[in-house]
Amino acid sequence: MFVAPVYHVLPLATIERERALPVSGNVTAKLNQKVNPTDIIAEAIWAREHVLIDVTRTLGISPNAADRLIKVKQGDKLSQDAEVAVSKGIISRTVRSPRAGRVVIVGGGQVLMETGEASLELKAGLPGTIVQIIPNRGAVIRTVGALIQGTWGNGRIDTGGLHNMTENPDDVLDASRLDVSLRGSIILAGLLKDADTLRVAAELPVRGLILSSISPALLPVAQQMRFPIVAIDGFGNLPMNSAAYKLLTSNAKREVTINAEAFNRYTGTRPEVIIPLPVSQEPPPPNDVEKLEPGQTVRMRRDPHAGSIGTLTKITPGLVTLPSGLRSRVVEVKLENDEKVLVPLVNLEIVG
Amino acid sequence: MPVSLLEDSSLLAVNIGASSTRAVFFDVVEGQYRFIASAQAPSTVDAPYKDVSLGVNQAILNLQDVTGKVLLDDNNQLISPVQPDGSGVDYFAATLSAGPVLRTVVVGLLSDVSMQSARRLAETTYLQIVETFDLNDQRKADEKIDAMLRARPDVIIMAGGTDGGASRSMQEILEAVGLACYLMPEEARPAILFAGNQDMAEPVKNSLQNLTPSLHFSPNIRPSLDTEDLAPATRELAQVFADVRKGQISGVDLLAAWTGGRVLPTAYAEGRIIRFLSQMSGASRGILSVDIGSTAAVVAAGFNGKLSLGVYPQFGLGSNLPGLLKYTSLEGILRWLYLDIAPNDVRDYLYQRSISPGTIPATKEDHAVAQAISRQALYLAMREAKRNFPPEARYIKKGSLPLFEPILASGGALSDAPTPGQSLLLLLDALQPVGITSIILDQNNLLPLLGAAAEFNPLLPVQVLESGAFMSVGTIVSVISNANYGTPVLKARLTYQDGSDARVDVKFGGLEILPLGMGQTARITLQPLQRSDIGNGPGRNATLQVVGGTMGVVIDARGRPLDLPEDPVRRRELFKKWLWSVGG
Repeated sequence: MFVAPVYHVLPLATIERERALPVSGNVTAKLNQKVNPTDIIAEAIWAREHVLIDVTRTLGISPNAADRLIKVKQGDKLSQDAEVAVSKGIISRTVRSPRAGRVVIVGGGQVLMETGEASLELKAGLPGTIVQIIPNRGAVIRTVGALIQGTWGNGRIDTGGLHNMTENPDDVLDASRLDVSLRGSIILAGLLKDADTLRVAAELPVRGLILSSISPALLPVAQQMRFPIVAIDGFGNLPMNSAAYKLLTSNAKREVTINAEAFNRYTGTRPEVIIPLPVSQEPPPPNDVEKLEPGQTVRMRRDPHAGSIGTLTKITPGLVTLPSGLRSRVVEVKLENDEKVLVPLVNLEIVG
Repeated sequence: MPVSLLEDSSLLAVNIGASSTRAVFFDVVEGQYRFIASAQAPSTVDAPYKDVSLGVNQAILNLQDVTGKVLLDDNNQLISPVQPDGSGVDYFAATLSAGPVLRTVVVGLLSDVSMQSARRLAETTYLQIVETFDLNDQRKADEKIDAMLRARPDVIIMAGGTDGGASRSMQEILEAVGLACYLMPEEARPAILFAGNQDMAEPVKNSLQNLTPSLHFSPNIRPSLDTEDLAPATRELAQVFADVRKGQISGVDLLAAWTGGRVLPTAYAEGRIIRFLSQMSGASRGILSVDIGSTAAVVAAGFNGKLSLGVYPQFGLGSNLPGLLKYTSLEGILRWLYLDIAPNDVRDYLYQRSISPGTIPATKEDHAVAQAISRQALYLAMREAKRNFPPEARYIKKGSLPLFEPILASGGALSDAPTPGQSLLLLLDALQPVGITSIILDQNNLLPLLGAAAEFNPLLPVQVLESGAFMSVGTIVSVISNANYGTPVLKARLTYQDGSDARVDVKFGGLEILPLGMGQTARITLQPLQRSDIGNGPGRNATLQVVGGTMGVVIDARGRPLDLPEDPVRRRELFKKWLWSVGG
């Protein structure tokens, strides 16, 4: 039995996503609440910086003596210049808080304060219903709609109407084609080859970019964009795989959400496009792994047919010598142009 | 039949890599331990599986298919010891390299003393140093605490101070570490290894034991200013790694239960067997092993029983690949290509491959790029490793590799190469060995498993190593010369056991092969010309017995360092010629 990972390009699926803060915080969402992708469902506040006030050293006394003079305790909120400790004697000296903040710990003649609060807001990332609260961390959100997974994302989230700017899955998006009519849209494009296009898109601004692939040289600029960018098939000059392209183009003008979350092989997070759709009955959630069987739609992950979609026609027994000279277990795949090719088993994933 | 000193005890060992999990079965055959069979399955550390035991179970089930021996029960639990019906296994060992590289903070005192040693210690397993603190650090205490928090370490290595030396500076660092750990969420606190001034061990314990899930101590890595002793700390760091992995990755705890709590980092286990071999050989030359895998490039070198172990995740061929460009230019990779492939295509390849590291090259072009990247990654790893080789290493040319015998090599790029010649050429290009050495391919990645097995059965690795479980590529004669390209630099005569011989006159820049089959021995006479050096000194002859292999005797007179033509067309033609020389 051979199993393969499943790459999700689904016209209709029940999608559940766990969204959680990296640190403990406050979950603001409620069970069964309807949320939009940009709604805040949890937030955490943490200190940007810490200030260590060394009373021992400042007053030139022992830690035990300093502890006896310290007037603040854990949890106290101090304003700037607040008294922290006052020495005894004819000429007393005062140790003051250099900044406003909260006392975290006191001991050993020292006071540690946290200052400069920063907040972290966790967005829902997809439109749907809160089906589970993860205490102090986040929630599980469920929605029904089309799902298209990508391979690279710049970490942003947004929603907008999908505008198809392609004639073919390998069209190149350039700045001259972007005009003010696209403001607030999510643009379906093909390849992206220059940074100017990104800057023009930011000036409009657009709500998001769905690309087939992106040049690695553009990643630093793309990371800086405030709108989400997702590359469906990867890097370089790969055209968009036909399954994703057909599904996206057939949903042009619909409201779509891009959650351009970074790909993480260990957690399984990856960028994705979700198109919410009304249904009377929820379809089953998709599998993440499936047994390879003839008749399945598969996607090739590596040259010579990287990104191509085909149908698995036969699982070939034994090992086969590839043009590279390597020997591998292979399957026969019928591509969309009816060509039959042998593909190493490890080089494909099931589309579903 | 040899006299057996051992009980009939079998061993099942598994190695969990980033891409594949391998299960290997060893048993006693005619009174000697033998490698019986191996099988593999895709690793399941990544999503959607997120549980290494699934891949382990599948690899063992595949092994059952190969051997016909039942090793798991109906609930996929290991059967141990061997049952009356023959099912099961007596011992189980596991090594692990899969999983994200551990973010590590190193703290010490003197930047050129304890910090250097602590860095070398960190390089002995799958760590990435993300922050360092030493006495020269001008940041205030609270800035250090914030830096430590931002670093989000999985591990903190604390070193510094000679035994019995001053402890006040160490106390200050200890306070900063303690406060940073206190501020971290409990579930995010790092494991800590203290390997400094032993007088500080008790204060460290008192201060940190409630602030870390895993506090470890080892003898001082710098007991005195001029002494470094990494071995005990390396062993302890291996345990730290396993502890962290248990908390990070599902299924590691199950393996820990099967192994009696000793899941070893793969590189550590490999280092252990290299040290062991180095102790056994007692030769003046070192023993080298290199592994170029998805997680990291690992270089283990043994010199008179002393181990130098370097683990370089930055040169791994998996998800770290785009990061390789921090250490090399694209030209550094392109120089190894025998096909004309555009620089941007190579850069795209690095990124694309990083998202599907378990895939294999199907085309000639794809394979050529993969091999070029492997060469450069291994070349860079070797360059890093050389910096840490001990004074015991013997060199015949400044800046070159020390003398080694043998060189053992493993990793997907080598063991999966279409021909042994391609594996050999990759190794010759990346390592550029000198003198006379044999090269052995560890196609089944047995070395780390033997290292793991050595813990409870020292006879097993010895007997398996002697059993021919590895593939001998052949004997390599590398010529160092200042001659001009095309000038004769060596006359070689190989006399076979039947009295016949093969002769070759080798010119500088050439790569010649004298056939000598696997397991065969012959006598070789080498006469260097133009004061060329084959390891005995300039112009000095050598006559010695050599052992054959898949490639026979290979004479590499291409120069050290390998000086590749600037002109890309000429360079590619040369590579094609060399490739042809080793059988394509």
